[in-house]
Amino acid sequence: MKVLVCVKQTFDTEAKIELKDGKISDAGINLIINPYDEVAVEEGIRLKEKGIAKEVVVVSAGADKAIEAIRTALAMGADRGILVQQDTAADEFARAKALAKAIKDEGADIVLAGHVAADDGSSQVPTRIAEILGWPHINVATTLEIADGKATCKCEADGGTTVVEVALPAVISTQVSLNEPRYPSMKGIMQAKKKPVSTVAAEAVESKTKIVEFSLPPAKAAGKKVTGEPADLAKAIADFIKNEVKVEIKK
Amino acid sequence: MAGTWVFVEQRDGNVRKVTYEMLSEAQKWGDEVAAVVFGKNVAGLAPEFAKFGAAKVYVADADIFAQYNTGAFVAQMAAMIAEYKPNAVIFAHSFNGRDMASRLAQKLELGLATDCIAAEISAGKGLFTRAIYAGKALAKVEVAGSPVLATIRPGVWSLVEKAAAGEVVNVAVAATSADVYQNVKEFVPSVSARPELTEADVVVSGGRGCKGPEGIALVEQLADLMGAAVGGSRAAIDSGWLPHELQVGQTGKVVNPTLYVAAGISGAIQHLAGMSSSKFVVAINTDEEAPIFGISDLGAVGDLFKVIPALIDELKK
Repeated sequence: MKVLVCVKQTFDTEAKIELKDGKISDAGINLIINPYDEVAVEEGIRLKEKGIAKEVVVVSAGADKAIEAIRTALAMGADRGILVQQDTAADEFARAKALAKAIKDEGADIVLAGHVAADDGSSQVPTRIAEILGWPHINVATTLEIADGKATCKCEADGGTTVVEVALPAVISTQVSLNEPRYPSMKGIMQAKKKPVSTVAAEAVESKTKIVEFSLPPAKAAGKKVTGEPADLAKAIADFIKNEVKVEIKK
Repeated sequence: MAGTWVFVEQRDGNVRKVTYEMLSEAQKWGDEVAAVVFGKNVAGLAPEFAKFGAAKVYVADADIFAQYNTGAFVAQMAAMIAEYKPNAVIFAHSFNGRDMASRLAQKLELGLATDCIAAEISAGKGLFTRAIYAGKALAKVEVAGSPVLATIRPGVWSLVEKAAAGEVVNVAVAATSADVYQNVKEFVPSVSARPELTEADVVVSGGRGCKGPEGIALVEQLADLMGAAVGGSRAAIDSGWLPHELQVGQTGKVVNPTLYVAAGISGAIQHLAGMSSSKFVVAINTDEEAPIFGISDLGAVGDLFKVIPALIDELKK
């Protein structure tokens, strides 16, 4: 079985966002694998370690520097990488098209990808890829079992959890609680340098949406800070909650 | 223009509040507003949608819609869009809403703006505001297409009652079992009696300062006194004191309650991203320099193990 994992290079989640010339500035920002995709990489590697998968291929659509995200995944234990060169301003439609093309060319039994990206937060691309490929999908998986040509996942759902089963090939989007991604070992990092990464140009597809303006939310000003005995602090908070916020208390 | 459709978010006839929020806001765009509901025995819900301005209620009632499954819901919606040609279709940014909207958008080769917090919709065009980097920045996104598609974050729009006709239109069921590719084997409702984190008016969250389950228990007691949802910072989740689905922050949920109480949370930037759009923030922390105080309306410098029990007594008075 061949596993394909989609990874997106994103800003570190601790990064402070600033604007420059009306755009999000990436100056001095540490770039990482989207944390949700990192979990997908880990799951792919575990499938290989369990003997379920033969090969784990990592694909990323983005700028040339996204190869660093691919190298990190290879250092964790993935076998090969594919960089689909694409303008990072491409929207979810164009990105899904580019990734689906690479997946189709490569061939896969299962595609794993984070259910959302920590940067744009759009959570569309894995589902769109499944539609383009004509495959079933499962979103926001917190467990993954593969047997008899089927994938079964426990998923986060509205108001609870569900258990969903689909036939392979399929696209599974992963929640961060699926596993604890490993840190690349020194040996892994050395090996990753020798693992093959191919580069292809993205299919020329026009985006369907356009970002017309970036802005920063208004900064929330600090209010009052109180110090003193716990009883006094409690009084101050209770007064605020009851009289300013006007929360109803269930006695 | 042939109307704005609001897709009803419901399970077993229980409609989520975000549906009414969308119906309320949709009145502002000047087009006829319709609710669209798929389910089993759901026609009786129509008067509820009429109260919030639904001129029409499209009902697809069939066994195949008894519970959500992507294939059947997308096939049905695609068939209805082809027949009725609405100008825009908006969904809740719930697990189901985003799943359905994404697959539908790709099937129709359309753009989609997800998790929107503001919208202006006109003929063939929508201008949406989205929080990106979990709220550290905002992006205005233009979506052109027929229909305009978007998913809307729960809790950002106010309810406005406005009586409308609520004329029920029973639509032909276009989805067949051949459209179903997911076998939903089980649904386990969450056992918590507390409100859903992203929809709660009050959220009480615990962090590293809770030190363990005892601290979290205090957070929960305080939450229950206010009918609040319980959340946690990444430190509380990673320590295993709370399940991941209760994480507030960039790799968890983004919340926007009226009141957010942060107990023992220092306020790492990735946590602030998930809660700083709360209307009021109260923080309890021993560290006077904790960044959380920088965005708090009221900051109490003290030990939560002493302050919260005293606060519970005080609130009960």
